[in-house]
Amino acid sequence: MTLTALDPDPLHLASKGRLPRWASPAIALACAVLLLLVFAITPADGRADYLVTLAVVFLVVQFAISYAVEGGRKARDRLAAAAAVTGLFLALLPLVAILGFTIVKGMKRFDVTFLTHSMRNVADSDPGGGAYHAIIGTLEQVGIASLFSVPLGLLVSIYLVEYGGGRRFARLVSTFVDVMTGLPSIIAGLFVLSFWGLVLHQGFSGFAGSLALTVIMLPVVVRTTEEMLRLVPPALREAAFALGVRKWRTVLSVVLPTALAGITTGVMLAVARVVGETAPVLLTVFGTSSINTNPFSGPQESLPLFVFSEAGLPNNTAVDRAWSGALTLIILVLLLTTAARLLTRRSAPRGR
Amino acid sequence: MAKRIEVSDLNVYYGAFQAVEGVTLTVEPRSITAFIGPSGCGKSTVLRTLNRMHEVIPGARVEGKVLLDGEDIYGSDIDPVNVRRTIGMVFQKPNPFPTMSIYENVVAGLKLQRKYKRPELDIVVEKSLRGANLWEEVKDRLDRPGAGLSGGQQQRLCIARAISVEPQVLLMDEPCSALDPISTLAIEDLMQELKERYTIVIVTHNMQQAARVSDKTAFFNLAATGKPGKLVEVGNTTMIFNNPTQRATEDYISGRFG
Amino acid sequence: MQPGAISGSKDANKGRWLDVGFRRLSVGSAVLVLIILVAIALFLLQQALPAIHKDTANFLTEQQWRPDDTPAVFGIAALLYGTLVTAFLAMLMALPVAVGVALWLTQYGPRALARPLGYVVDLLAAVPSVVFGLWGLIYLVPKMIPLSAWLSTYFGWIPIFKSDAIFGKSIFTASVVLAIMVLPVIAAVTREVFLQVPRENQEAALALGSTRWEMIRLAVLPYGRSGLISAAVLGFGRALGETIAVALVLSANYTVSAHLLTPGGNTIAANIANTFGEAGSLGRGALIASGLVLFVITLAVNFGARAIVARRREFTAAT
Repeated sequence: MTLTALDPDPLHLASKGRLPRWASPAIALACAVLLLLVFAITPADGRADYLVTLAVVFLVVQFAISYAVEGGRKARDRLAAAAAVTGLFLALLPLVAILGFTIVKGMKRFDVTFLTHSMRNVADSDPGGGAYHAIIGTLEQVGIASLFSVPLGLLVSIYLVEYGGGRRFARLVSTFVDVMTGLPSIIAGLFVLSFWGLVLHQGFSGFAGSLALTVIMLPVVVRTTEEMLRLVPPALREAAFALGVRKWRTVLSVVLPTALAGITTGVMLAVARVVGETAPVLLTVFGTSSINTNPFSGPQESLPLFVFSEAGLPNNTAVDRAWSGALTLIILVLLLTTAARLLTRRSAPRGR
Repeated sequence: MAKRIEVSDLNVYYGAFQAVEGVTLTVEPRSITAFIGPSGCGKSTVLRTLNRMHEVIPGARVEGKVLLDGEDIYGSDIDPVNVRRTIGMVFQKPNPFPTMSIYENVVAGLKLQRKYKRPELDIVVEKSLRGANLWEEVKDRLDRPGAGLSGGQQQRLCIARAISVEPQVLLMDEPCSALDPISTLAIEDLMQELKERYTIVIVTHNMQQAARVSDKTAFFNLAATGKPGKLVEVGNTTMIFNNPTQRATEDYISGRFG
Repeated sequence: MQPGAISGSKDANKGRWLDVGFRRLSVGSAVLVLIILVAIALFLLQQALPAIHKDTANFLTEQQWRPDDTPAVFGIAALLYGTLVTAFLAMLMALPVAVGVALWLTQYGPRALARPLGYVVDLLAAVPSVVFGLWGLIYLVPKMIPLSAWLSTYFGWIPIFKSDAIFGKSIFTASVVLAIMVLPVIAAVTREVFLQVPRENQEAALALGSTRWEMIRLAVLPYGRSGLISAAVLGFGRALGETIAVALVLSANYTVSAHLLTPGGNTIAANIANTFGEAGSLGRGALIASGLVLFVITLAVNFGARAIVARRREFTAAT
């Protein structure tokens, strides 16, 4: 009872045709050269245009050749592989361009004056001025937000992991945390504006900004620390319980220390996420050009806000300051993410 | 349907590390050949080189020849995709596709070849599931998830999936090691039926199993950890288990090590 | 054994109180999460309703936004349109590319290269949106002018590409910036998801004689489907709610226009950022009302996606 439905000649391993290994690079090269000619003799122009056209032409030509020689399955396989590489390039080009652009443009004003001076009495068109007041503001606002959201987030994740155990209420909390993760950050700003400003009649301040950042940071802290707590082997808890150690002590002196590296990583990533938040700060901190070290009274500045307001100005001096502000932000984020990454790697054997 | 496999002077490397050295053996069609030996002796590695599945592991490469009815599966014009279609494989852990129904699991390989009409597929599903002794148990719930079956049923579903594309050879990598004794027995019975039509190679840790099901047995061993695994001897199962020519084989069989 | 060893001495009872206290503290924190989210909805509603009440136009269909005029005229139509169109276009561009990136990083790329690139993607996902906005404003907007002109010349017969010779700060540009911004976010999450695909399933697919692409379709994509949906929703949410990047690259006006290349258009979030500074008390109420609409949309998208994912899971988990 043989099935005639299979390949016409299933007894042969060799496929009907096979492109050599060098076929793909050769096709790519040929397309590149031909297109170069086309671009030379027609009005088509531009590096980006060339690369995009090349990618499309290469995908089509390779698919056609492969289809003719190797058949549909192989052709689709090659198309998918080539498309994935194209996607990678397409994605990385603008993204790396943004990073490079920020570094090059940002270096221009990334100097001592920039880091030590505020914008007080500096006109838009003046070359000096700096982001000192913004850096102070950002550090204070993010610091206070962490002070709120880290213990709170940790307690919530402790509830979810240690006490929740699939209860309906735990599932509800989990859902709410998910929804909060997806909340646009400007909503957090509007919420604090309504609640803190319009209902309680408090003015703009760094503290109001911290409240808004807390709303954004809290779900991120809960999610990451929850994941880390779940990685702690149940056997460790059972061992502690078997010794007659109470649950709160087990959690504080067994579970948390075991997951400490992971929790720190999660907190760093959460900080990296809020450090660059502009929208909520705009509605709650408002921004100023002077140094205000008191987060509890009066408008403060913050780094992302500084970049936003300087970017919107027509003077090149202001735009240069914006780039340097952006560079400062990227450096902060880079430090936090890299530190988090290194920490995870070092603690990996314990975590998994 | 079934084909003969001839392996000659096979070396397998993972990067710089040589995992297997100088294996030469012949697998007869319509028979069951068992690979036995201690952990790390390279028996699973050799099995994977028979359908080029080792290429999935980065850095793995092979020297030597593997002929399938005289055709070298490592030939320059050979597509590994065709090799694997012709030489099917069943894995240690039952691995039905978790998002697919029983029906979809069985026809997954077939659908790759070309478009089929539903009645054609129906025939193949019934035939394959009957071939895997699973039809009676699942015929009323073909649209249920394959992952919902018991471990033994899942493994038979995987066998059905493997034979649905009508391979020439079936490679089984410790197919019963994750199963209970009753399911193991069911698979062993099934293998006896399958060998009427297929060439079967099975890797097993269980020497009784090798003695029960196989016609020929190949014993692999390694001199020390870090050294490559070698084929010590291969022969009829009764011969290997009753009077092996090599001392190492006898030691292993009698349980003196391993 | 001493009597009372199990019933507990004074000290032991003190420990028990701490136990109860700690438990209550953690439950209380969890309750606080619920309270915060509910409070967000309530406070927005409380501020928005009076403003909508004073609106002399229909809040849902009016395109203009002049809440501080007398009489107040404002509506969400143009903002909502801009928000949905930019986010949708951004996803159209970003999602396929992001999946391609994730596939390359997990299935195609050699490990020595895929690992550092995966880290780069993670890093890019953390780059603040204001940086994207700044880049979009200074670098991309001028570059978009010739591209938009080209699209308009050759494809102007399609209404969405029709434009009247001025280009640059358009809905289209905003979508491109959003796409570039959400791409690493989606790619980073999708990559994690694809890394979770069990190796056994991938091997099973290959052993059946599938090509690499067929293996991806058999084993990787179906398994990663719900994770992919979550990643897409995360990206869509970011695009919907993105404020600063859009505020920087759009030249705002309040009209619903199908001509995506023409300057103009606005989104809910960008409008809040741009007009908040000058808004009077009714103006702020109106902005909060628009924020409420954004909130409702994000909730709807979130729960919609949850429903889809849950339905898939039901099948996989059933016996």
